Amino acid sequence: MIPVAFDYERPDTVDAALALLAEHGEDATVLAGGHSLLPVMKLRLGAPELVIDIGRLADLNYIRVEGDEVAIGAGTRHRDLEASEVLATEVPLLPAVARTVGDPQVRHRGTIGGSLAHADPASDLPAAVLALNGTVVLRSARGERQVPITGFYTGVFSSVKEPDELIVEVRVPRTGAAGWAYEKFTRRSNDWAIVAVAVVDGRVGLVNMGPTPLRASATEAALAEGASIEDAAALADQATDPPADTAATREYRRHLARLLTKRALTTAAGV
Amino acid sequence: MSGNTVKVDITVNGEQTSADVEPRLLLAHYLRENVGLKATNIGCDTTSCGACTVLVDGESVKSCTVLAVQTDQRSVTTLEGLSPEGGELHPMAKAFREEHGLQCGFCTPGMVMAAVSLIEENPNPTERDVREGLEGNLCRCTGYHNIVRAVLAAAGQDPDAEQKREAESDASRTAPGFSTGGAGA
Ligand SMILES: Cc1cc2nc3c(=O)[nH]c(=O)nc-3n(C[C@H](O)[C@H](O)[C@H](O)COP(=O)(O)OP(=O)(O)OC[C@H]3O[C@@H](n4cnc5c(N)ncnc54)[C@H](O)[C@@H]3O)c2cc1C
Ligand code: FES
Ligand code: FES
Repeated sequence: MIPVAFDYERPDTVDAALALLAEHGEDATVLAGGHSLLPVMKLRLGAPELVIDIGRLADLNYIRVEGDEVAIGAGTRHRDLEASEVLATEVPLLPAVARTVGDPQVRHRGTIGGSLAHADPASDLPAAVLALNGTVVLRSARGERQVPITGFYTGVFSSVKEPDELIVEVRVPRTGAAGWAYEKFTRRSNDWAIVAVAVVDGRVGLVNMGPTPLRASATEAALAEGASIEDAAALADQATDPPADTAATREYRRHLARLLTKRALTTAAGV
Repeated sequence: MSGNTVKVDITVNGEQTSADVEPRLLLAHYLRENVGLKATNIGCDTTSCGACTVLVDGESVKSCTVLAVQTDQRSVTTLEGLSPEGGELHPMAKAFREEHGLQCGFCTPGMVMAAVSLIEENPNPTERDVREGLEGNLCRCTGYHNIVRAVLAAAGQDPDAEQKREAESDASRTAPGFSTGGAGA
């Protein structure tokens, strides 16, 4: 399968990439790791006129502590999250989640910025960043803005990101020793999640339980009021809208959300 | 406006290659058609099977899902590059032969390249590490058993001893199909 022909630019700086985006807008598409975009283009579900390759911008590739947060450049690959010593102590949820994405070859290419931008509700990292209460930093030739992840997604494959904007950074709080767990349910080891649940510091993020990553708000509220893990987890599918497909029915996904939430909360509590 | 070509310079198996290519040219096609190296197979063409796995700057990638332009100025290694002609077989290739880690051989180039990358990142893998590390590569012939043994052997381990240790260490986690160690298959 071969993509429709396109023009290719590989700018040397973030500013040059933003200038190209400002000029070409909706006719252009950014290429990071290419592990969502290239399959889409090979299937000809997408056919951008111009591909702007940001895959080598060193300015987008870092993981560093800044005050109470860890700042992660959008070009950081899943493999780099997995192997990061900073994250292992400051935000241990993220390496553990990154390790479950696809297979090693996918993790050598795919990036956190690409995962967040692609906005697939079955993706792992968006729900993890949601459970972390992270922030997405967007930049365009017009300026920079910070969007809390809680307000970033608007639907399946869609977010508040404008066509001329680049995700340049993801910021997450340092959770350190706070309890965390990731429970991902798949049929085969390198599959996408049928459902997955990220827990950190009493917050619960759900993968594939609606058009966007979701928080299990009823569960979080019950926990805050002192409910048992068992009782709180029983509320995990409230206000969700899971899809039905060949992998699972809606009701089965609801069951998984409750069960995996119970398991994740139990692990996070260290019991 | 679309369809301009781009000049790429890619080091393949230590040798400089260059060509004017369409940006949409996949690395797998560049290697097979432009450079003429046919060990890299295309199986699924959908990032699923791993048959097209090669190394880019030493790390495994699926070359059906990488554009040739993305490897401009980079170093690519294919199966051919592991064992120079007339020289010794690469230890991983040798281990696949000695442990009978292949039957039809279609998955083998990708399997070997994925295994080389795996050992590079984790020089002392357990049996579980090997099985999980090869999750991106499908083999329709071998049942994986001898492939896993080959990778353990190439990492300098005794496959019998490691499989026994793995089986005894945490039997409750041992998935169906995992070796129970000891004698026989
Ligand atoms: C076989 C396979 C299995 C996979 N399994 C999983 C899985 O289990 N879990 C999971 O979560 N994901 C999985 N993925 C997806 C993988 O994680 C992708 O790498 C990721 O979703 C996209 O990241 P990328 O860097 O490859 O983005 P690209 O494919 O390069 O881009 C994806 C989209 O995001 C846009 N984009 C990229 N970077 C930016 C940026 N910085 N700013 C603005 N827009 C940007 C692009 O324009 C494009 O629209 C899998 C992929 C494959 C091929
Ligand atoms: S041909 Fe590339 S993964 Fe199957
Ligand atoms: S040996 Fe035939 S597919 Fe693996």
